[in-house]
Amino acid sequence: MAVSTTDQRHTERRRRTIHGWLLLSPALIMLTTFAFYPSIATLWASLWSRGTRRNPAEFVGAENYTRLFDDPTFREVAVNNLFYAGVTIPISIILALTMALWANSKIPARAFVRTAYFTPTVLPMIAAANLWLFFYTPGFGVLDQIGALFGAPSVNWLGQPETALWALCVVTIWKESGFYMIFYLAALQTIPEDLREAARIEGASRWTYLRRIVLPLLMPTTIFVLVNALINSVKLIDHLFILTKGGPSDSSKLILYYVWENAFAFFDTPAAAAMTVLMLIILGAGAALQFLVLDRRTHYR
Amino acid sequence: MADPFLRIDNVTRQWDGAGGVSDVSLSVPQGGFVAVLGPSGCGKSTLLRLLAGLETPESGRIEIDGRDVTHLAPAERNLSMVFQSYALFPHLDVAENILFGMKVRRVSRAERNASLARALEMTGLQGLERRKPGALSGGQRQRVALARAVVSERPLCLMDEPLSNLDARLRHSVRRDIKALQTRLGLTVVYVTHDQSEAMSLADTIVLMRDGKAEQVGSPEDLYHHPATPFVARFVGEPPMALIDAEALGEAPGRIGIRIEAIERDDANPDLTAEIVETEYLGGRTQVLFDLPSAEGLALLLDGHVTLPPGSRIGLRLPHEHRVRFAADATPDREGAKAAPRDGHKAPDTFTVTTSKD
Repeated sequence: MAVSTTDQRHTERRRRTIHGWLLLSPALIMLTTFAFYPSIATLWASLWSRGTRRNPAEFVGAENYTRLFDDPTFREVAVNNLFYAGVTIPISIILALTMALWANSKIPARAFVRTAYFTPTVLPMIAAANLWLFFYTPGFGVLDQIGALFGAPSVNWLGQPETALWALCVVTIWKESGFYMIFYLAALQTIPEDLREAARIEGASRWTYLRRIVLPLLMPTTIFVLVNALINSVKLIDHLFILTKGGPSDSSKLILYYVWENAFAFFDTPAAAAMTVLMLIILGAGAALQFLVLDRRTHYR
Repeated sequence: MADPFLRIDNVTRQWDGAGGVSDVSLSVPQGGFVAVLGPSGCGKSTLLRLLAGLETPESGRIEIDGRDVTHLAPAERNLSMVFQSYALFPHLDVAENILFGMKVRRVSRAERNASLARALEMTGLQGLERRKPGALSGGQRQRVALARAVVSERPLCLMDEPLSNLDARLRHSVRRDIKALQTRLGLTVVYVTHDQSEAMSLADTIVLMRDGKAEQVGSPEDLYHHPATPFVARFVGEPPMALIDAEALGEAPGRIGIRIEAIERDDANPDLTAEIVETEYLGGRTQVLFDLPSAEGLALLLDGHVTLPPGSRIGLRLPHEHRVRFAADATPDREGAKAAPRDGHKAPDTFTVTTSKD
């Protein structure tokens, strides 16, 4: 009798264990195949030298990393990416917020305004880049044609080191801010109209209401958008392939593009792996910092 | 008599000629407590929003403390408001919520702290200063909203169904708190509600609204005992007045209203005989309900626990001194809830109420 109860309990526990693993397995398999394994493989690859047929790859420890820090191109690319993030993130967020506030107010043709702002997001980046290629083309591009009306000289926006990265930034901002606007718009619509009226009765100006009530209530959205924008500033390089290919003389090259070049143009997989690992560490740290620091000062409903 | 503190003259605000408020006049003395009562959609909230300056009237004039405020911004009207949803700022704690307005107006810190302490004491919120609204109960949130309204000691306070989000028990205690606060601070209060018992117990003047117009303005006793129209008779009092076709009582055509507590049983010399539908024991009293085609809401209150068999007929006496007479065509709708026609078919002049408190 006693034996059979223990047996029963044992079978029951086993059944529950199997049940648990079954529930876990879809996520586990997907994440392992497409996230955990590639990350670890990349980390592993970054610790080995580049193998050829004659010299097989050997373990070199941190050598790939030190080589990377000595690489002037990598340094330039890193600075480029910092500049790119520093310009595109704040501008697209401020623009998104402004557009959302406007599209949320009682204006005529509100639906049209919202759609117009959102359209760039719907376009694939490749298509957007081709569009902007036409805008930027010296001589007959739209920008030059407009410039010519005012007697401005023709500018090769994508062809000179001083303007190429700026030109990329503009495309990114144009593409991204509409997307972020949607998040702000959704968040704005959860703020009850009562709050605005209560603030009005208390004598708060529109600006005070925005600063003291709306912006704090939008903080969760801002954090979300900020993290996404940070990731995109590293991840989104499609337009580089169309517009500049990182040129002229690396002036518009971003890290991920350089990683791609190393891996698939120069076939230097270890270097690409090392860069990827560095990127992952920086992105992870950035996201963690944002969530930890800003979360504490944010009101979630 | 001094000039009224709050004065509304023929104010109209409609949307495409419908809804809202049309041609309402009202005056309220300093320290008065006015309840704006009515079914949903009757325009009572619009009236309050017009007073607050959150809506602008199409025509008419609003005066507060002798000042024409018709086109002034809400902040310039020197009033406070309690919203139905309380409209507390969710990211600010209790103290910040209460002091929001004073901070916006750059009142000195010392003055702010003194006002905060006073408001917390009056509303019994001490110890909750640092809590966020999300961590408060419904009753506590309501009190924060009240504290925010009284902290600047503005003479006029507007309340938009402030108790409707509370449960029944709490509603009674907060009702008393509101009355106490109003008396203590000498506030003039305009209080919007759809609950006639709230209006009866709190207000010294009730404005009963229907389809954007003031159906009757008067003291609670006035509305209770002398309703101007069958609509008022149906709306005020729990249970409402019984309404009987006058011809059934041998009078000229029209309708007769009577409070059911005035109806007496009299089998010997009855005004009416009616068939009993059911009897309800209410504890202490028994309510007998009748079915009579010519009457609506006819009932009889008897002392103690009485059982009368349904289907039997008893005689009722309706004392003449308690009868209220209404003209025949005063109610286009029997239910009272449906909207009256909005075209030219206006109620006869006897039923448009002219309001003057003084």
